[in-house]
Amino acid sequence: MRYAETIKSLGAPVLAIAIALAFGALLIEVAGFSSVEAYSEMWTGIFGSMRNFSEVLLKATPLILIGAGLAISFRSGVWNIGAEGQFYAGGMVAAVVALQMEGVNAWISIPVILIAASLAGAFWGGIAGFLRARYGASEIVTTIMLNYVAIILTSYLVTGPLMEAQGLFPQSDRFPQETQLPRILSGTRLNIGIYIAIIAAIVSWYIISQSRRGFSMRAVGASPDAARYAGINVNKNIIYSISYSGALAGLAASIELIGVTKRLFQTISPGYGFEGIAVALLANNNPLGAIFSGALFGALRSGAEIMQIGAGVPSVLIFIIQGLVIISVITLGTIRAYRKLRPED
Amino acid sequence: MEDFSLYVPLITVLAATWRMATPIIFAAIGAMFSEKAGVLNIGLEGIMLIGAFSGFAAAVHGAPIFVAFVFALLVGAVAGAIFGYLTVYLKTNQIVVGAAFNLLGLGITGFLYRVGDFGSSGIKISNPISIPFLADIPFVGPILFQHTPMVYLTLPLVFMAFFVLYRTAYGLNLRAAGDYPNALAAAGQSVNLHRFSAVVLGCSIVSVGGAFLTLSYTNQFVEGIVSGRGFMALAVIVFGRWTPLGIFGASLLFGLFFALQLFLQTISDAAIPYQAFQAMPYVLTIVVLVLVGGRSNAPKFLTVPFQR
Repeated sequence: MRYAETIKSLGAPVLAIAIALAFGALLIEVAGFSSVEAYSEMWTGIFGSMRNFSEVLLKATPLILIGAGLAISFRSGVWNIGAEGQFYAGGMVAAVVALQMEGVNAWISIPVILIAASLAGAFWGGIAGFLRARYGASEIVTTIMLNYVAIILTSYLVTGPLMEAQGLFPQSDRFPQETQLPRILSGTRLNIGIYIAIIAAIVSWYIISQSRRGFSMRAVGASPDAARYAGINVNKNIIYSISYSGALAGLAASIELIGVTKRLFQTISPGYGFEGIAVALLANNNPLGAIFSGALFGALRSGAEIMQIGAGVPSVLIFIIQGLVIISVITLGTIRAYRKLRPED
Repeated sequence: MEDFSLYVPLITVLAATWRMATPIIFAAIGAMFSEKAGVLNIGLEGIMLIGAFSGFAAAVHGAPIFVAFVFALLVGAVAGAIFGYLTVYLKTNQIVVGAAFNLLGLGITGFLYRVGDFGSSGIKISNPISIPFLADIPFVGPILFQHTPMVYLTLPLVFMAFFVLYRTAYGLNLRAAGDYPNALAAAGQSVNLHRFSAVVLGCSIVSVGGAFLTLSYTNQFVEGIVSGRGFMALAVIVFGRWTPLGIFGASLLFGLFFALQLFLQTISDAAIPYQAFQAMPYVLTIVVLVLVGGRSNAPKFLTVPFQR
């Protein structure tokens, strides 16, 4: 019975992806390219070689983390649009800490960086949670504002206090070798970050669907008034859920920085925080599903780069596909809900 | 820095203030219509990009500036109709659709810009119009009376918004759709139709705000040219407490910060990092939200679909 339900729940996301890809193909054709060639280049970009596939997983890592965190936030009825800012907050702290780790054993330095960045992300999200709980300030607006504040702070750091010693580019010095996240596949950049992301998604799933805390969070998301009536502390759960999603965004940033970029600079995120919203929604706000939707969006992003090189189709196409996936998913969801409501069905 | 006069830079900064505020005024006034009716659109960034691109594309293909603005307005209306249909009639989540529109705006404009042929020389943008006599007044002249037409147009726009919202039956119904939808429905009016029309009207104005960037500000389309102004417009609405005049004032304040940080970037040994002014509008918006207690003046049914 549950098995059948699972299969059924996969229907809408798969259909949504199909609709988005079909529309993308149409656009490609209208623009005068071959959609078959474009998509087969994309396929090569994803599965063509071990190296390509490792890049997919590398791009999927932050998306899985952010998507899993946002899933919990959305399930709790908290509209955290600020994962981008929480990612930057985590990135700044990760950089500050990493730069101090010269000569420190990797067994100490790496966990310290990961934890510090998670706390920074949790704090940045927590601000918006606190302002909503204490003053009723809409978290939709405050998280968007905090995105900009974090991005601007990063810009200040890399052009000011943290600017590299050479003073050439707006970026920090290279992090010491001790902070390098262990690689798991020789000849590629793939690191243990992907394991961390998958574990974090599983833990998130456990928290939201199996634990007492998760039950309270879901109750708050379903109906704050009913939850309050049942003796659940609504404000506390709002702050917990947004801080939790912030922590995962911060963690994602630290993995990206010590695993891939090795420096702090102005554009450490190519929009991961916003893409994470799509990841969570495609997964129907289930953290386990975020593993797959995160991998899918990572694949699209990575494959689109190869598509651009091979078939000449601009890689910005993936933003259209992402937008269409979101709209298709929620439209299909609405239609399904409507059908359920009709008595004759 | 010894004999560095502040007079000229002061004029430059203040003259830039209104100009910088103009796209934000258009976007915020447009989005205000939609929010007043109960529909929150966080996809302003995407709609503005679509407006910036469509206006630019029309101008490149020979349309006079005025026609290019009208084209952007129409494309914005179409985008608004899609947004309105999804959120008002299908009752999908407004925040989610808004997030999708931001991605779509970025993707569609970037894609079309790269596959199309738009030359590299840019377009001929509208010239500033000096108001006779007034423009020659020292200090005040260059700040207030030497702007492009769209900048002056923000004044009638704000007046029009005020008039429509508070002096017409349509405006009354529109506000009721956001504050008392059940009362509106009881009065025999369609809540959904009022919301839908407010979204379409709003998105058209937002789109014109985007077109200002390519038709009156720079002469080129650049991917991501809107760079946060759509989100800033959301902040301006909160800051201006959902009133046309408040929005106008808040936009000017944000425009001032914008102009100041641009000016500071040109000074190498500035005492204050330019990022301080960059961050100011966002920090102030949060402060205002806290001070006014968040939702006190927001439409009561903002983001809530109408269920009979």
